[in-house]
Amino acid sequence: MKKARAREGIRTTGIPSKEELEASPGYPKSDCLARGPIVVIECVQDIPCNPCEGACPSGAIKVGNPITNLPVFDVEKCDGCGTCIPICPGQAIFRVDMTYQTDEATVSFPYEFLPLPKKGDVVQGIDRAGGAVCEAEVLRVQQPKGFDHTAVITVIVPKNMAMEVRSIKRAKR
Amino acid sequence: MKNTDMVVVGGGAAGMAASIEAACAGAEVVLIDENERPGGQLFKQIHKFFGSEVHRAGIRGIHIGRDLLKEAEEAGVQVRLNTVVYGFFPDKCLGLMCNQHTEELQAKMIILATGASENVLAFPGWTLPGVMGAGAAQTLINIHRVLPGRSVLMVGAGNVGLIVSYQLLQAGAEVVAVVEGLPTISGYGVHASKIRRAGVPIFTGHTILRAEGKESVERVVIAAVDKSWQPLAGTEKAFEVDTVCLAVGLSPLAELAWMAGCQFIYIPEIGGWVPVHDENMETSVPGIYVAGDLAGIEEASTAMEEGRLAGLAAAEALGCLSSKDGRARKAEVWERLAALRIGSFGHGRALAMEKILRAKGVG
Repeated sequence: MKKARAREGIRTTGIPSKEELEASPGYPKSDCLARGPIVVIECVQDIPCNPCEGACPSGAIKVGNPITNLPVFDVEKCDGCGTCIPICPGQAIFRVDMTYQTDEATVSFPYEFLPLPKKGDVVQGIDRAGGAVCEAEVLRVQQPKGFDHTAVITVIVPKNMAMEVRSIKRAKR
Repeated sequence: MKNTDMVVVGGGAAGMAASIEAACAGAEVVLIDENERPGGQLFKQIHKFFGSEVHRAGIRGIHIGRDLLKEAEEAGVQVRLNTVVYGFFPDKCLGLMCNQHTEELQAKMIILATGASENVLAFPGWTLPGVMGAGAAQTLINIHRVLPGRSVLMVGAGNVGLIVSYQLLQAGAEVVAVVEGLPTISGYGVHASKIRRAGVPIFTGHTILRAEGKESVERVVIAAVDKSWQPLAGTEKAFEVDTVCLAVGLSPLAELAWMAGCQFIYIPEIGGWVPVHDENMETSVPGIYVAGDLAGIEEASTAMEEGRLAGLAAAEALGCLSSKDGRARKAEVWERLAALRIGSFGHGRALAMEKILRAKGVG
C-alpha cells in the first residue's frame, strides 16, 4: 500500500493527488461547494509566485511573505468571479458551481489551444490525467483582452464529475 | 581604437536589463549581440512568467522582452546586432566582427551576459535528422513559426522540457510522451499538470534507448532504468515519432570569461563551470561582471535581476551612481533575487550562489 502511494503525487505523475489537493489551503472543503460558484486553487508546491493574490478583487486569496507560501483561499470572501483563473501562470485555478442545476454543475478552466470551442458545443470533459470522463456542454468561452490570450471556458458537466473535469479534449486542427 | 564606458556582451534578458540600468544611471553603454534580433531567449517565451508583481509575474516573456527593448532604446543604449565578440584582449579590449569586418572596442567596464547552450544526449540514432534540442524546437515554433515535426518525444521533465512540450501542443504537434531519467519530475508540477491534462504521459525513471529511421527519425524506443541508470530488460516501449527533443540541461557559454582570465568554480547544480563572482556580479577580474545563465543556469526572472545588479554595480564603479544610491538600488535587487531563490525549487540555487560568493572570499 505504502509503495503504491509513493508512485502517486505531482512530483511523480504530474497530477496532484487527492491528499495533496486536500492538504492545500487553496482547495475548498467539499461542504463549501454547495454555496454557489467558488474558485478551486490546485496549487500544491512552494513555487515563488503570487499573481493570484493581487488579482482577486475581493481579497479572498492570500499568499503573503515569503511568496513561496501556498495561496490561502477564503471561501467567505470569494464571489466566484474567476478573475484569478487566467492570471495564474500555472493554470492551476478553476471555478466550480455546484448550484447550476439539480444534477449538473459547471466547471471553468483556463485554455490556450486553438481552435477554441463554441458555446453550445458538446465536447469531452477531461480529468487531471488527460482522460475523457464525461460529456461536457460548452456554456461560455471568455477571452477578453485582459486575459492576454488565455481563454476561460465554462462547461456543464454531471455533478459527480465537477471535481474531476479540469479541461476538455483538444479539437483537431 | 574606439572607447566606451561599458560594453555588455549578449542582448538577452540579463544583458538588456544590465544595459538599461547602466544607461539610465548615465553610462555610455554599447550592447552587442551576435544575432539579428536582440532579446535572447525572451521572445520565444510565450508563456506567462511566475514570481511576484515586481518580477512581472503573469506577463508573457515575449511581452517582457518587448518592454525591455523599448526601455533600452529610451535609455540611449547603443545596440549593435549581427556582431560577434570573438576575442578578449588585455586592458578590457574586445575584438568584434561584423559583416566580415573586424574592429576593436575598449571599455572601462564589461558585463558578460552570454547565456548558455543546450546539452545533448548521445544514444544510437542521435545524429538522425529530427533529433534536436528542445530550445531549438522552441525557436522553430515560436520565432520562425515552423513546426519541426508532427509527432514528438520529449526527453527531460525539467521546466524546459515541460514548457516546450506544452508549446509544441499549442503549435499543433502531438507530444507522444515525456521521458525523464530521474524518479521524479524536476520542473514545476503545474507545468507537468498542464500537459497531463492535454493527454501527454510522463515516464519518470525512463530513458531513451535509441532512435531509428532511414533518412530521419521514424521511431524511438524508451525503457525504464534502475537506480544506476541501467535500462531494465523487458520494459521497452516504442513510439512512432518524427522528432526527438532533448531538454537535458544547459551549460554556460563561458568562452569570453575564460579568455578574460576569470576564476571559475565547478557547480553541477547550476550548469558546471561558472565564473566566480561577488554580490555585485563582479568576477575575479576587476571591472568584468557576469549575469544571467553564464553566472549559473537559472531562469529569465533571475537573469533579469542579475543583469540589473551588474548594471548598477558597474555604473557605480564608473562613478555614475553615488555609493549611497548604488547601495540602495542594489539592495532592492538583492531582495527581489532572494525571493526567487527560496522554497524547494530555489533552495539548491541559493546554496550554489553562496558557494560562488565563498569562492570569491566574500561569503
